[in-house]
Amino acid sequence: MKFLCVDCDTRMEFAERAVPGDGTFAAAFCCPACGRTIALLANPMETRLVEALGVQIGGRTLDEQPLELVRSTLVGRDDAFVEADPAGEPARGSVQWSGEALDRLARVPNFVRGMVKRMYADYARERSIATITPEVMDRARSDLGLEGM
Amino acid sequence: MKFRTYHEVTGSDASAIGPQVGRQLQRIEERLARVGLLVGVMSGKGGVGKTYVTAALALALGERGLRVGVLDADLAAPTVARVLGGSGPVAVDEEGVHPATGRAGVRVFSTDLLLEEDAPLRWHEPDSARFVWRGTLEAGALREFLSDVVWGDLDLLLIDLPPGTDRLQDIAELAPGVAGVVAVTIPSEESRRAVGRAMRAAREAGLNLLGVVENMSDYACPGCGARTSLFPGDAGNTLAAEFGVPLIARIPFTPTGCPSLPVGDLARLTGLLHPGAP
Repeated sequence: MKFLCVDCDTRMEFAERAVPGDGTFAAAFCCPACGRTIALLANPMETRLVEALGVQIGGRTLDEQPLELVRSTLVGRDDAFVEADPAGEPARGSVQWSGEALDRLARVPNFVRGMVKRMYADYARERSIATITPEVMDRARSDLGLEGM
Repeated sequence: MKFRTYHEVTGSDASAIGPQVGRQLQRIEERLARVGLLVGVMSGKGGVGKTYVTAALALALGERGLRVGVLDADLAAPTVARVLGGSGPVAVDEEGVHPATGRAGVRVFSTDLLLEEDAPLRWHEPDSARFVWRGTLEAGALREFLSDVVWGDLDLLLIDLPPGTDRLQDIAELAPGVAGVVAVTIPSEESRRAVGRAMRAAREAGLNLLGVVENMSDYACPGCGARTSLFPGDAGNTLAAEFGVPLIARIPFTPTGCPSLPVGDLARLTGLLHPGAP
């Protein structure tokens, strides 16, 4: 899929994506010549169709996570997945990431993402927080001085 | 207004959907590179004991020291994990999702490990037009079970396919290295017709038919040992002859649950699936 700025006859570049609510998916594209920005808004059904393919509009910024589609779409047990210990067995005190939290993590620059992920996970583990959500990330940023991550 | 075509507009497509799908298939290939043999267990008909045959085969080979995994592709009616004694939760790390370990060291992955007890298979989805993407989601789940489960080094990975033909094409396309499928039937004429259709669909999908297993062939009286037929018909032999494949096992009805394969049948099956196995 390509977006063309008709006035400039120039291919627009992907700028950002967002999930503003009610299942809507938004992706912004910008013309590098004139700076014009447009937004693609997909309704919930279109959004689900794209998700079902396991692909992302605008390309991937974060490598596909294990069972990403299943974990984000299957109505399953809350405790179905836990972090592995070094032997690949379920670890004690493991933490999970909500889909929204993973989306936010994907926006962290690649070269520090692993470190940031570990810091959030350690923060949650030390406080016996089972699932990292955007709210937990906000608290951690405030408590740990991670503003900007 | 005059438009250029997609390819005439130079520069990369930011979404790169094609390469994203290509990467998904590449991940399957990388994961399955450590699997010696990939075999599907199929049937065109429910209730013929396909899952029990899968479990019996996995256990028999596991007990003989082979490294065996079982992927439950029956997403909506998953049973094989429990038959094998595997349970959740499942562990996740950067390498992927680790399968449960059942009896005889058999590694197993199934939606049964993920769903609430007795809950049906459901997806987070908008309230309308669910039929539009449900099939895509199920194929996507199967793709992830192949690519994201840390199967490790396996001699054999069995795929317990759901009844019918829905997943045959998916398996053929997602895992082109699959060695083939074993068809399970019971002796009845109804089963012969249903399983025959499924075997034809498998062949049309490009899958290699390895042979037929006839389950519940007869019943041995626990008192006198006399053997009695449970169903009229000879579907195992008939299907094997029709498709030119071996009848690799005839398994008697086992009222206690998971059957054990007769030694002779097991030897044939083992030899077929894994030449040189103990």
